Amino acid sequence: MKIKMNIDSMHREYKNKIIREQRFVIFFQLLIFITFFALWEIASNLKWVDPLVFSSPSKVWNLFVENILEGTIYAHISITLFETILGFIIGTIAGTILAAILWWSPLLSKILDPYLVVLNAMPKVALGPILIVALGPNMTSIVTMGAIISVIITTIVVYTSFRETDPNYMKVLQTFGATRWQCFKEAILPSSFPAIISTLKVNVGLSWVGVVVGEFLVSKQGLGYLIIYGFQVFNFTLVMQSLLIIVIFATIMYKIVELIENALIKNR
Amino acid sequence: MSFLQIQDVSHVYFSKNDRTLAITDINLTIEEGEFISIIGPSGCGKTTILSIVAGLITPSVGKVILDNESITGPNKNTGYMLQQDYLFPWKTIRENIFLGLKLTGQLNEKTKQKTLNLLKKMGLGHVENQFPTQLSGGMRQRVALVRTLATNPKLLLLDEPFSALDFQTKLKLEDLVFKTLKQFEKTAILVTHDIGEAIAMSNRIYLFTNRPGTVHKLFNIPEELSKIPPFEARNHPLYNEIFQGIWKELEKLENQNEY
Repeated sequence: MKIKMNIDSMHREYKNKIIREQRFVIFFQLLIFITFFALWEIASNLKWVDPLVFSSPSKVWNLFVENILEGTIYAHISITLFETILGFIIGTIAGTILAAILWWSPLLSKILDPYLVVLNAMPKVALGPILIVALGPNMTSIVTMGAIISVIITTIVVYTSFRETDPNYMKVLQTFGATRWQCFKEAILPSSFPAIISTLKVNVGLSWVGVVVGEFLVSKQGLGYLIIYGFQVFNFTLVMQSLLIIVIFATIMYKIVELIENALIKNR
Repeated sequence: MSFLQIQDVSHVYFSKNDRTLAITDINLTIEEGEFISIIGPSGCGKTTILSIVAGLITPSVGKVILDNESITGPNKNTGYMLQQDYLFPWKTIRENIFLGLKLTGQLNEKTKQKTLNLLKKMGLGHVENQFPTQLSGGMRQRVALVRTLATNPKLLLLDEPFSALDFQTKLKLEDLVFKTLKQFEKTAILVTHDIGEAIAMSNRIYLFTNRPGTVHKLFNIPEELSKIPPFEARNHPLYNEIFQGIWKELEKLENQNEY
């Protein structure tokens, strides 16, 4: 009986320790957040940094509220978000399909190996001007930028994961006379879900890069356009505002991918 | 005609700088309902011979005839059990045991019910909707047995299926597999390096030599030992005598290799 009471209090002590640690972590996270914006505001107000270039949180906030009241910002946000999500999905799916083709034909993968290395090493943003001339100065080339930037790295990572699937799973399937397609569907693809998810996380960031660069080059709308426009008219409050909005939405996308991850691989 | 005939089978593995004669001139015949074991030092091509019988590898020379048909590829007459269970972790137990039925296009209400009944018989009815990670090693290997038996193969190939288990689980599972196979009148080939396991479970034991693997000696297990369950067989007075006999042969083989 006495031992039981001890266990209870030890468990309570243990739980308290965890809670204390969580509070400690959150406290410092908030502290960094507040300090950053406070320092930025103060530095700008006291002219430690050039307020014309670095703007200030209060100015950014005022501009943001103004834009919301006018209703102009929604179109910019939605168009960039749409382009990014589309580029992200196309890049990931196309990369996975390419990986599947390479897995399907070992001979083809041997032939294409050096070209994959070259394509991966090439800075994809440098293709921007060519894309614009080839596809026209419109949304198609921006979405293509968002997709092209992530497709090769997705192919390489997912293909590696396909190849590293434990061959004994294939053996189990083959003893039942499974076809290559059945092996892919039952063993190769599901066992590679963790790898595919981790490329999704990388691709969230890459697609934003592709779309923003694409918008720098051609668009008349979108957050990337606002950044380049703000730069041209020397309105850095607008630049900072657009940047902060991008950061927020990129974070949200990343979190959504994490939720998908938890749902897909909860059983492992 | 015997149920299974392995005729003059040899197999060579090639790599860029090397060629390995894994097995050579293997001749075996097995009658329906028999349980035979293959034992030998590691590297004697035990897994190669099972893969050839399963149709996963085409032998360099020779052929395998099962039930009057020459084996040319994987077929639903043979079931294969691996060293580890290799249950698919992303599938539930239910989906795992239906896998063979699904792949061979035999999945229907009747076969489903039969397979689920088999799972219940193994004492695992309650785990149907759980995932493999939630089960112990012994339970998982029992599920793998259900998966293998689900497609109703005539011949079972057991590739050291008990080697990854702890001793107590292993003894229990030997009994379970023995009784299940006898009940369904299955023919089986067990590959193992546990002499005791081979004696306790089989009608006959083939001792293989090392690389290249070939049949060195055949041990017939007396019927009074082969018809009782493995756990009882291990306590039978004859068991030790046969064990010593096989042990001596194995030692002789090893000594030959050293000189």
